[in-house]
Amino acid sequence: MDHTVVNLWPLLGVAVIVLGFALRAHPVLVVIVACAVTGFAAAMPVEHLLATLGTAFIKTRNLPLILLLPLAAIGLLERFGLKEHAQASIARIKSATTGRLLIVYLAIREISAAFGLTSIGGHPNMVRPLIAPMAEGAAEVRYPALTEELRHRIRAMSAATDNVGLFFGEDVFVAFGAILLMQTILRGEGLEVDPLHMALWGIPTAVTAFIIHSWRLHRLDAQIARAMLAVKEPA
Amino acid sequence: MILKLEYFYYVLGAMLLLVAYMSLTDKHNPKRYSSALFWALYAVVYLAGDFLPPVAAGVLMVVMALIAGFGGVALGRYGERTQEERKGSAQRLGHRLLIPALIIPATTVIGSTLLKDVHLGSLLLLDPKNATLASLGCGSLFAVVTACWLTRSTPMQAMRESRRLIDHLGWAVVLPHMLAVLGLLFTEAGMGKAVAHVVTSYINLDVRLVAVAVYCIGMALFTVIMGNGFAAFPVIAGGVGIPVLVGVYHANPAVMAAIGMFSAYCGTLMTPMAANFNIVPAALLELPDKNAVVKIQVGTALPLLLANIALLYFLMNM
Repeated sequence: MDHTVVNLWPLLGVAVIVLGFALRAHPVLVVIVACAVTGFAAAMPVEHLLATLGTAFIKTRNLPLILLLPLAAIGLLERFGLKEHAQASIARIKSATTGRLLIVYLAIREISAAFGLTSIGGHPNMVRPLIAPMAEGAAEVRYPALTEELRHRIRAMSAATDNVGLFFGEDVFVAFGAILLMQTILRGEGLEVDPLHMALWGIPTAVTAFIIHSWRLHRLDAQIARAMLAVKEPA
Repeated sequence: MILKLEYFYYVLGAMLLLVAYMSLTDKHNPKRYSSALFWALYAVVYLAGDFLPPVAAGVLMVVMALIAGFGGVALGRYGERTQEERKGSAQRLGHRLLIPALIIPATTVIGSTLLKDVHLGSLLLLDPKNATLASLGCGSLFAVVTACWLTRSTPMQAMRESRRLIDHLGWAVVLPHMLAVLGLLFTEAGMGKAVAHVVTSYINLDVRLVAVAVYCIGMALFTVIMGNGFAAFPVIAGGVGIPVLVGVYHANPAVMAAIGMFSAYCGTLMTPMAANFNIVPAALLELPDKNAVVKIQVGTALPLLLANIALLYFLMNM
């Protein structure tokens, strides 16, 4: 056991985050307060803290590109009925249900990500204009009086399906950043690990993730049916 | 290289500046001055980011956070068409509407896989470090041009539509960006050491199953806090995985690493801190509860985390 002193004060920043989200404070304010508290806890002078924040803010500005650049095309297509077209198309496939459609999407998303094609899918360019409207449309064909609550549930599940497919697919791809990151870190600790082995040992979890999430999607159909039955009965 | 990532920063900066201008002149936006200021400041980050002194960029970020945090970013009016009009043009255009939407992923995939190493003359076509983002940028531009041509609309209309979507996202646009900043700050403040110290000092790791569970749950929990599995991995693998699982229980490092990272991803599914995956989609899909996606994902993430503990326990000595 080494006796070097570990500074535990930065954990206060975590406390701010937990407290902020628990009190339902505005997320952006929570983040900025957490930044301030963490900085002071680490004994950073104000100017140094602001410079650290500023450098990091510029360094990470590539993040929003993936969200914002597709919006012009997607917005224009929506104006000309892309969502309505997606809903009408799914209505023509009689066997399509919300759950089945999302299971197919989960499979496509996870398998393509496992081959390194992570750009097939995504929230701004696939889920909002196509997948969520289709999932909602498939339920609407069966239950024209679909409640707002169920619509929101279906949309949230569409977003969740994209995330699960992406996360548990991409890590099976050998050249993915996470695999290379793990290799670098393990090498730093004196362990030499073949990236291929790490990718292969990810497969059991990837398969389990597919099974668990598709089972939930399968149950979603039954939940929608039950909820709509309950809506009808009191009338 | 020919296509640098910087070019797309300028494109986005110009787009945001236009959004700021349109907000300023939109009399139906009750907070048009503060909304315009917010988007103009964000435009500065992209247009002049390379020239801003770090302290100025820091102040800019704090001002943006305060505007957004106190409700200064509001919606305006966007001249939307009625559902009947949209259904009409959907029938007229049919599957052709899908073409521009699919151009984006298609260009990104082709660019980031096939054109990654292509040279024109002596120059690389794409910035090799940012091949995916640069291809996505090109795909988005191709898609706008195709969509304008297909719908006989002006590029200005496309800009008005992107303002409609950006305004509906509102502060959710900058939340992932600011959380990434917080993540870097956590790292600099020595958060990793503090967490590893707490985990290894107060929990008894002499039982194999406890050690495996602490490793997997630690990955997930630390990711919930940081919002990013990549931040959790070095800390928990360095604190528990390598010294205890590999050192004491002779785990196969490849299994330890693979299942550890996937446990971290279970954490990503359960945290509002991973805003780009969890909060932004809720805003994009116009859900009243911004945590709706996180809540629904817990049902997949928790059973999967348990499965990970079991998988690691049984597979680590193979």
